[in-house]
Amino acid sequence: MTDGAPGGVRHLYVHLPFCAHRCGYCDFVTVVGRRGQHAAYVDALLAELELERRLLDETVETVYLGGGTPTFTEPAALRRLLAALPAAGETTVEANPETVASDLARLLRAAGVTRVSLGAQSFQPKLLDVLERRAAPGDVRRAFYSLRDAGFDNISLDLIYGIPGQSSSDLERDLAEAIALGPEHVSAYELEAKPGTRFTHAYGDELRRQGESMEGYFELVVETLVGAGYRWYETANFCRNGRQSRHNLAYWLGRDYLGLGVGAVSTVGGVRWRNSPRLPGYLAALAAGRRPEREEEPLDTWVRRQERLILGLRLDEGVPLAAVEGAFDRDALARLEGLGLAERREEELALTARGRRLGGGVTAALMVENPAKSTI
Amino acid sequence: MKLDHIRNFSIVAHIDHGKSTLADRILEVTETLSEREMREQVLDTMELERERGITIKAQAVRVAWHGHQLNLIDTPGHVDFTYEVSRALQACEGALLVVDAAQGIEAQTLANAYLALENGLESVPVVNKIDLPQADPEGTAAEVAELVGEDESRIVLISAKTGEGVEAVLDAVVERIPPPEGDPDAPPRALVFDSSYDQYRGVVAFVRMVDGRFSTRQRVRAMAAETRFEAEELGFFSPFRSPTETLEAGEVGYVVTGLKDVSRLRVGDTLTAEANPAAEPLPGYKDVKPTVFAGLFPTDSDDYPDLRDALEKLKLNDASLFYEPESSQALGFGFRCGFLGLLHMEIVRERLEREFDLDLLVTAPNVAYRVQTKAGEEVEVHNPADMPSEIEAVEEPYIRASTIVPKEYVGSVMELNNDRRGRFHHMEYLSEERVLLAFDLPLAEIVYDYYDQLKSRTRGYASFDYDVLGFEPGELVRVDVLLAGDPVDALSLIVHRDGAYARGRALVERLREEIPRQLFDVPVQAAIGSRVIARETIKAKRKDVLAKCYGGDITRKRKLLERQKKGKKRMKQVGAVEVPQEAFLAVLGLDGEKR
Repeated sequence: MTDGAPGGVRHLYVHLPFCAHRCGYCDFVTVVGRRGQHAAYVDALLAELELERRLLDETVETVYLGGGTPTFTEPAALRRLLAALPAAGETTVEANPETVASDLARLLRAAGVTRVSLGAQSFQPKLLDVLERRAAPGDVRRAFYSLRDAGFDNISLDLIYGIPGQSSSDLERDLAEAIALGPEHVSAYELEAKPGTRFTHAYGDELRRQGESMEGYFELVVETLVGAGYRWYETANFCRNGRQSRHNLAYWLGRDYLGLGVGAVSTVGGVRWRNSPRLPGYLAALAAGRRPEREEEPLDTWVRRQERLILGLRLDEGVPLAAVEGAFDRDALARLEGLGLAERREEELALTARGRRLGGGVTAALMVENPAKSTI
Repeated sequence: MKLDHIRNFSIVAHIDHGKSTLADRILEVTETLSEREMREQVLDTMELERERGITIKAQAVRVAWHGHQLNLIDTPGHVDFTYEVSRALQACEGALLVVDAAQGIEAQTLANAYLALENGLESVPVVNKIDLPQADPEGTAAEVAELVGEDESRIVLISAKTGEGVEAVLDAVVERIPPPEGDPDAPPRALVFDSSYDQYRGVVAFVRMVDGRFSTRQRVRAMAAETRFEAEELGFFSPFRSPTETLEAGEVGYVVTGLKDVSRLRVGDTLTAEANPAAEPLPGYKDVKPTVFAGLFPTDSDDYPDLRDALEKLKLNDASLFYEPESSQALGFGFRCGFLGLLHMEIVRERLEREFDLDLLVTAPNVAYRVQTKAGEEVEVHNPADMPSEIEAVEEPYIRASTIVPKEYVGSVMELNNDRRGRFHHMEYLSEERVLLAFDLPLAEIVYDYYDQLKSRTRGYASFDYDVLGFEPGELVRVDVLLAGDPVDALSLIVHRDGAYARGRALVERLREEIPRQLFDVPVQAAIGSRVIARETIKAKRKDVLAKCYGGDITRKRKLLERQKKGKKRMKQVGAVEVPQEAFLAVLGLDGEKR
């Protein structure tokens, strides 16, 4: 199906699955260790890039290396990959603090990386232990300064809240530590009990029990970061000086993107596909010059509009009404406006600050059911 | 059969005192059923009846005993069905009054004994279960003898379970119960004392021939309804349908009418011959009115037509069931149903759920109110939501409740009845240990959590029965429940002014617990008119977000939200508030603890 898909894709995601250790809460496609396979994997990525290159626009705006732990990838292989990827206005690499020493920071910088997203998660040893993170609090600061020293002026920190055992003063401390480092961008996620993870097995009940106190935690995150001069531009993302994640913004604005690598997802034209998450199959296919196995999902115009609504309402900027025509319920909008949860600005639809805190419920209320589905 | 060789009788007893077992044993002793055919309690045909150990529909079985034809007319054993008992009794000349030797006289026994007396029946007192280790046959016999004013020696002691004494019972029926009176040569008159509906043969009338005779294929007329039909088949039950050519004066049997519309032949009507009609009908029955009402709603609104069909079918076999369409903003389309009592309501509900596989929401039951409006109109209100706002006066039904308890519980029952606006009527010692308490109470007080309270305050030793006395004025108010300012029609209540605050408080608190937090603060109020008597607030949620969403999981997040949307659709909408069905169920099932 992708043969007929239009080109012009300006956003490229590259998945690097390798990790030193799989954290208990993680449900991404990851592979522990396998240093011997890193080079072969990069070969496969580059082969896949060649197979899909015609989907890309001449100008690629963003490239994002996610994982896994991209910075755990064997340095020579990582350097080779970065060299072969198209140049872009924003090239982000996800990094775990314990993997970032000054050598690596310089390598990234030299290879044209413009932005690093550092998975700090917390600054407190007991909480990092619960998450099975390998970094110590000192590692986060060291990694951050190494990046700054290498010349990075666009660094993002990831924080997680709702970690079992985390008090609200623990969270206040984590936020203060993060703000003290002065990153351009902060992502703050509530810890999710993802089905099937070790973590859910061990802590699922506790996470459910603390559901209500998470309301206060979320408010604390938003208020603290906004108070420190960050813009709450997406449900879980904050930035300073206009340093949004341009790559992630592309998802939220419903743009097309190409994903390379094991388990990677692409959305191009009316199709979304996901590569097989199995590493041996992925390597074998590309070694033979074939595309990896994929699951495809057709997306009709209506679904894309619905997604545009769902994703767009996560942002502080509104969604153009024309882009979501027919995908939202006008009566519901009027009701939500009355409740001070949503608002119409010019030709845009947006949620109020309170509406954004209730974004899930508000969005569900605004959605209309897919007319194509209900006729079945 | 000659009239003097016929005996028509019923067995009346409290639930579980062994009526059905005795009936079974009579069929066995008289060899009406072979052993192979013998099933436990054959007279109770409905699954529900078997399970609850009660009989709902009366049936009539013919047995032979020493050259006599005995017709045993089965009766239901619960207060709600007193009406059916009285119908059955009118077809009899005598009744076996069965009392459990271990339990003694119960409130129901008294009611039945009086009913038999009122109908001019000869009572044959029987003390059953004398085989039980805890039985007190002599003590019970003494109580019964006192009650019916007979010599103790006339009380028949039996064990229906072992068969001991059952033959003596049959002999007593022949000896003591008078044969039917009637004129075999007069124009035919038959009393319809019950009916059932057969989907192939239409209405089957259960009749007691009083005068004359009917023959198969004869043209018959129902005198009150003016309905004409041909007697397609005549017969009696043995206990299966056994066709005969004729039904004669004094006999009990059935007439297959072929009528497809149950309303065309009412119980209590008199059948006569078209060609040779009687001049006067037999005295009929009074029309019973439902006393307890509730709204029945399908939990899935798509099931409304199924509920309607199911009620229609139930009505065919249950003339006392009343229903009319009702629509509620909160619960959608359903029916307001009228019942003879709470047990009747429970049985109808269970049959709908079990036999028709329906999931139902049942509103809190209420009684019928007679309302005089300020405009001078008189209306009967079956639904609290229909209570006019401008009221001059309201009357509510009162009952006389008879409760029999061991003497140590007299205080508890008095206290309960006083709490329930009861008026003491009288008290008497049935024996040294057991006391009968008579109170007049508003029926509405019985409808709400009375049985459970009585049971728990007397450790299950109380037996209870009541008669409806009539309507009396009361200080009644309508309590409305409002969610975010919008009334929830299905939760309106009519209560006595003194109880309004407590009921309103309980409702509001329960709702606050049961309704999930919404996107906005939801005030929950109970109000009498515009005066709020209780208020709680369901605080708005402060967070409802999917933590993160990137390119890899857009599809999953979209599906999560679609599911959330679907979840909303299953909620009942009250104004802007989404209320899960479970919240209604929990509130409607509000129990006495919260009172």
